[in-house]
Amino acid sequence: MAVLIYTENFDGKFKKSSYELISYGVEIAKQQGTDAIAVTIGDVDEASLKELGKYGAKKVFKVVNPELKDFSAQAYTAVIQQVAKNNNADVIIFGNNPSGRAIAPRLAVEMEAGLAAAVVAIPSSLSPFTVKKRAFSGKAFADVVVNSDVKVVTLSQNSYKIVENPTDIAIEDFTAEIPANSYSVKPVEVVKNTGKLSVTDAEILVSAGRGLKGPENWGMIEEMAEILGAGLSCSRPVSDLGWRSHDEHVGQTGKVVAPNLYIAVGISGAVQHLAGVNGSKVMVCINTDADAPFFEAADYGIVGDAFDVVPKLNEAFKKFIAEG
Amino acid sequence: MKALICIGHVPDTTSKVKFTDGDTKFDTTDIQYIVGPYEELALTRLLDIKDAGTDMHITAINVGLSETEPTLRKALAMGADEAIRVNAEPTDAAFVAKQIAEVFKNGEYDVIVTGKESIDYNGGQVEGMVGAFLDIPSVSGASLFEVEGDKIKLEQEIDGGKQVLEASFPFVVSAGKGFAKEPRIPNMRGIMMARRKKLEVVEPVEQNKLTEVVKHYLPEAKPACKMVSPDNVEELVRLLHEEAKVI
Ligand SMILES: Cc1cc2nc3c(=O)[nH]c(=O)nc-3n(C[C@H](O)[C@H](O)[C@H](O)COP(=O)(O)OP(=O)(O)OC[C@H]3O[C@@H](n4cnc5c(N)ncnc54)[C@H](O)[C@@H]3O)c2cc1C
Ligand SMILES: Nc1ncnc2c1ncn2[C@@H]1O[C@H](COP(=O)(O)O)[C@@H](O)[C@H]1O
Repeated sequence: MAVLIYTENFDGKFKKSSYELISYGVEIAKQQGTDAIAVTIGDVDEASLKELGKYGAKKVFKVVNPELKDFSAQAYTAVIQQVAKNNNADVIIFGNNPSGRAIAPRLAVEMEAGLAAAVVAIPSSLSPFTVKKRAFSGKAFADVVVNSDVKVVTLSQNSYKIVENPTDIAIEDFTAEIPANSYSVKPVEVVKNTGKLSVTDAEILVSAGRGLKGPENWGMIEEMAEILGAGLSCSRPVSDLGWRSHDEHVGQTGKVVAPNLYIAVGISGAVQHLAGVNGSKVMVCINTDADAPFFEAADYGIVGDAFDVVPKLNEAFKKFIAEG
Repeated sequence: MKALICIGHVPDTTSKVKFTDGDTKFDTTDIQYIVGPYEELALTRLLDIKDAGTDMHITAINVGLSETEPTLRKALAMGADEAIRVNAEPTDAAFVAKQIAEVFKNGEYDVIVTGKESIDYNGGQVEGMVGAFLDIPSVSGASLFEVEGDKIKLEQEIDGGKQVLEASFPFVVSAGKGFAKEPRIPNMRGIMMARRKKLEVVEPVEQNKLTEVVKHYLPEAKPACKMVSPDNVEELVRLLHEEAKVI
């Protein structure tokens, strides 16, 4: 038996989320008395693969095949299933990110496995396998029991801390069969959000809402993000009105984010907005209205006009950073 | 195009979440049920395509007991042509997906459309599972669905960007943000017509129950928000550094 972790690489590099997944998988393996192994699709250099050993993975399978250049849920599922079968994996872990969400459900059906999605903690019991997941858009959590022999889990981002666990990691090439017709939905083009810190990767997010009155006022928000090395996000009306691009929209119908720090400027804090951000570790609200619902969810608040507070705050952040 | 659109029956987004029976069950008292917000976008897009002149027949499907019929009627009022209810409690995603796959096999559909995730258990599982049961391609979190001749142009969210795809029938796609702009609101005529549209009830096929929700928790109550004066923003910076340790 083994715990298998799918570690996605981005042009040959791993992200922090992969180390979270390894740390999580290693902890389950420890409890089970088995090993944690990883699989990655695409070419990754040796140093980066070795890095996975730092967090305790015993082995990583590298699948390099030009046919797999573009993402296909069918092809990637087939590859991971073959690695899982060959290694008798009984717990298979993905990130709750676009690729994990596309692959995990297909794999679960193929392996007659139960799937626990958007999980936020280590299983509270291995038998029966019981694990806590996000429910009702962050308004609650639920314990789900997985009854099948093989269990598939998708782990919510930023919900498990990275733990170092240095291990000698073996690197092995794996050749997988790719089913015919895996690419019948034909990839035409990949559009990357270049140069921008994506909202789901950012550890700090500076977010603004309709309280900013218009797109021309985002300069001070961009400045704050720049000072803090933060990403930018916004409420739904802001992206609906075209003030900001859609990939910045967070909330129930936008992206779900869980940064360490979420700074909300001129956002009222409607439940549908909070549903996407309530996983943040610390939230700050800046709003003219002392009764804005966001203050009930926030850790720190300033009742004040963004046009007055934000420039002052930017100066204070700058000073703080300059003084180290 | 014959589309099967999967309609979830979910608590209104503003619902206060409570549990009963020793926190094993969702408390449905005073809860308003709605068509899932992603499914609203999905249906809206199909209706827009139909209105633009493409031949389109839309069947709304829900796996649920009779209490979900008003939600299916709402989908009919928005403009779906007919509805199917699979008469069973939706125990887990695999069960739901199996039922949808079965209906697809028994009809002559070209495409299955679901929402990106249901807003109760936030699984985002049904689309991929239907794809695997039927051995057809699945595309998740699509932000575009456009007819181009006999092909469909799709965009799928991938980490750090998006992938543009060209799909031929059959396939299953889940609708994310951007699939349609604003969800349609049923008008009076739609509501009247919905009463006369066909809503067929079929019995479920078997599927092992692989997962089970056994307990719910509410998030721990947050301590009250610490207020900082707008004239002392340095204090906020200090708190974020020394107390919260996030900068
Ligand atoms: C099904 C459904 C799904 C939804 N999904 C989402 C979602 O994913 N994400 C989302 O964000 N919303 C979503 N919404 C919309 C949500 O209900 C709110 O309408 C939206 O979040 C409000 O955005 P806002 O806070 O930017 O704007 P407003 O509600 O207009 O609030 C603006 C705030 O700015 C404050 N303000 C005004 N001037 C200033 C100033 N000078 N300085 C400081 N503060 C100021 C005001 O006091 C107010 O609190 C959804 C709604 C529905 C029905
Ligand atoms: N009981 C159900 N009946 C019909 N469709 C459903 C049901 N539950 C979920 N779906 C569809 O599957 C999508 C994803 O649901 P989930 O996997 O539960 O997050 C939803 O957006 C719906 O389109």
